[in-house]
Amino acid sequence: MRIELVKRKNSSTTMAVLSPVIAVILTLISGAILFAIAGKDPIHGLYLFFIQPLTDSWSIQELIVKATPLVLIACGLAVCYLSNNWNIGAEGQFIFGALCGSFLPILFPDFDNWLTLPLMLVFGTLGGALWGLIPGVLKTRFNTNEILTSLMLVYVASLLLDYLVRGPWRDPDGYNFPESRIFSDSATMPLIDGRLSVSCLVAVAVVIVLALMLSKSLKGFEIRVMGESPRAGGFSGFSQKGLTLFSFAIAGGLAGLAGTMEVSSSLNQLLPSISPGYGFTAIIVAFLGRLNPIGILIAGLVLSLSYIGGESVQASMGISSKIASVIQGLLLCYVLVCDTFVLYQIRIVSTLRSGAQKEASDV
Amino acid sequence: MEQRAGKALLKASGLTKRFGDILANDSVDLTINEGEIHALLGENGAGKSTLVKMFYGSLEADAGSIEWSGEPVSIGNPAMARQLGIGMVFQHFSLFEALTVVENIALALPKPGNMSALSARIKEVSEDYGLPLDPADIVADLPVGIRQRIEIVRCLLQEPKLIIMDEPTSVLTPQEADRLFVTLKRLASEGCAVLYISHRLEEVKQICHHATILRHGKVVAECDPTKETAKSLAQLMVGSAVHLVNRSTSATKTGDVRLELIGLESPAQTPFGTSLQAIDLDVFAGEVVAIAGVAGNGQGELFDVISGEVRVKSDMLMIDGESAGRLNINERRQRNCAFVPEERLGHGAVPGMKLSKNIILTRHTTGEGIVQAGFVSDRRAAELEKKVQSEFDVRMSQPDPDAKSLSGGNLQKFVVGRELDRQPGVLVVNQPTWGVDAGAAALIRQGLIELAHSGSAVLVISQDLDEIFEIADRIAVISRGQLSDAEPVEEMTREKVGLLMAGGAEKHAPMTEGAA
Repeated sequence: MRIELVKRKNSSTTMAVLSPVIAVILTLISGAILFAIAGKDPIHGLYLFFIQPLTDSWSIQELIVKATPLVLIACGLAVCYLSNNWNIGAEGQFIFGALCGSFLPILFPDFDNWLTLPLMLVFGTLGGALWGLIPGVLKTRFNTNEILTSLMLVYVASLLLDYLVRGPWRDPDGYNFPESRIFSDSATMPLIDGRLSVSCLVAVAVVIVLALMLSKSLKGFEIRVMGESPRAGGFSGFSQKGLTLFSFAIAGGLAGLAGTMEVSSSLNQLLPSISPGYGFTAIIVAFLGRLNPIGILIAGLVLSLSYIGGESVQASMGISSKIASVIQGLLLCYVLVCDTFVLYQIRIVSTLRSGAQKEASDV
Repeated sequence: MEQRAGKALLKASGLTKRFGDILANDSVDLTINEGEIHALLGENGAGKSTLVKMFYGSLEADAGSIEWSGEPVSIGNPAMARQLGIGMVFQHFSLFEALTVVENIALALPKPGNMSALSARIKEVSEDYGLPLDPADIVADLPVGIRQRIEIVRCLLQEPKLIIMDEPTSVLTPQEADRLFVTLKRLASEGCAVLYISHRLEEVKQICHHATILRHGKVVAECDPTKETAKSLAQLMVGSAVHLVNRSTSATKTGDVRLELIGLESPAQTPFGTSLQAIDLDVFAGEVVAIAGVAGNGQGELFDVISGEVRVKSDMLMIDGESAGRLNINERRQRNCAFVPEERLGHGAVPGMKLSKNIILTRHTTGEGIVQAGFVSDRRAAELEKKVQSEFDVRMSQPDPDAKSLSGGNLQKFVVGRELDRQPGVLVVNQPTWGVDAGAAALIRQGLIELAHSGSAVLVISQDLDEIFEIADRIAVISRGQLSDAEPVEEMTREKVGLLMAGGAEKHAPMTEGAA
């Protein structure tokens, strides 16, 4: 007996919309089982993980703070994935962007005026784009696999950050702690309330602009055509190499912007580690949000909840906050499984027919 | 019904197959006798492929029965069909591209044995039947015509009693086709039966002993094709008088040169592509020029160069008297050119996009209001899609469907109509009616001729000689990247074209690389 996936003739649009919802439900069920295995009350665990963070204003703010980088990065990644460029190095672009955004307040603390923050954001965006363009250029010029190169550059960027924070960029007044100097007020994002800064408004603006671009503009059309059928894209006069560079630059730029805003609002300094894996979690956000900016906004909040929920169960139940990573991984897995079943159906083939596998599947 | 020689080899009674709402085969009766070349005729979608897939075991009938040499059989899978002695040559080849010829053939044989012995046998059989093959070639490097030979030889090696052939001559030169016919006749004289599916009625008349005609999944007629005319066969197929292409004889090259290739050269784009060498061609306003040739002789490369997907030196290509070799495809479209590539799905149209989106594909820079300030007007695109649909009779099951859900003929009407609708000054079409049913083909050809009559220059690249002689004013032949002079159709014969196809078109010593 052999199991085959057969492409469905008509894949249901309803199911395509429902599939992330089903994935979330399956994740909840698996989460409950995990809690039960750990010897905790599953219902109470799920409550602490998914519901309690929504019940007080502090954690709702935190939810938005953590969703902001996820949404920004995932929007850029959506452009990459729609155009068939598999950038999984957003974490590196986030870190390198943050470095480029922070050199101004760290190396030139005396340049401290109203221009500081806008310049930081511009440098951060450009830096992230530059880091993203490296795998882009390698792909278009040397035909390298962008999955490998973009991923490997994550480690380069994160070690570079580590080196700078422990070495040249260490705070001279910081008692040798591996951290940079604290940013001045003109180098930090204005706060709205509590920990909530204007970063989240920037993310919403990016969502709106990208949603318009992808659904209404010729560029959005180009991205979709190239993603589905590069030959037809060339016939339409679009350049595949140009679009590869464009999408890596957009994704890198948004990740860099997210990185800069993260260090200039939540952290206010550089630390050896500035991201709890936002760049990787954003991949889940992008797919859970159907590569659609509006969907990504919602998915970003869901994944952000998993971070806070992890902390919440660690604090209240003594379960490791690594549970958050497990839940995130399960969620991505279920999203991909559900998507596969929306597009394909399972067929069980008896081995009696195995002599004719090729023709049977070809015809 | 007339008397037929031989005893029944395969007898199908009441075969029925339903796909959803569509009755693909409606209680089909068919008898194939030993040593008979049996034509299966019908338009695209008439149910021919469904029927032969049931014979070959790759589809299961919903009702009906099959007898093989008088014994009822159930053909559960292709291996079983092969065991009975049924071989099949597919229209869409089922070959592994990364493997060599001999490896592909070995995979299909129950006991392939020693590879070098098999190679020798392939060489022997293929040359014996006039279809020479090099067993060590990798399939990916081979043009379509050769790939088909592999399929045929693979079939022959299994010493079948019945060979099913799905449009076998569509990729062959007339001479190659003639050689295939000799092969088929020899097989028939040895007692092997052939079920021959073709659109080409002249061929059917020439070699087939008996014909079964399907329409909408039903057998509508059986006849002896030698006693019919091509026209009467076509009428049986489409069920009504065939709309023959109306071509006025007055078309002459009175106008100006609109498209000019001057010593055009282009290196092969891939290691196994064809390089174009010193190609000269003028296409005048008001005429249809056709380029004939066997698949894989540089047609695709020539199309890419003319469309601008591959650039050449500026002066090698002139549009309306201006150098255009360096222009990209959209700049050429803005100079009122239009292009229809060979591949409908994946090149001419994006499979998973709606037709209205596919309108945008070739018309977003032509100043028709589809794109304003970088934004796409879906409303305008939908308007144009409806216009193309009604003007070119594109039939669809729902409004604005995905391109991939249309049948080949309807999608081809759409991709050709999308360009004709613009009334371009220069139209270049590669394989305008490849795999398209007779009705759609006539409509498309008529559209091309009318466009030329309105003062445009039309260049058609085609492997279908019937089509070329039907619509062309002048004919040139491409062979290994070289083009013969375009000669008026009155001075061309099939034989002459065939000789040019077989190498007579080459004016220069062939280059060693890339030639297949």
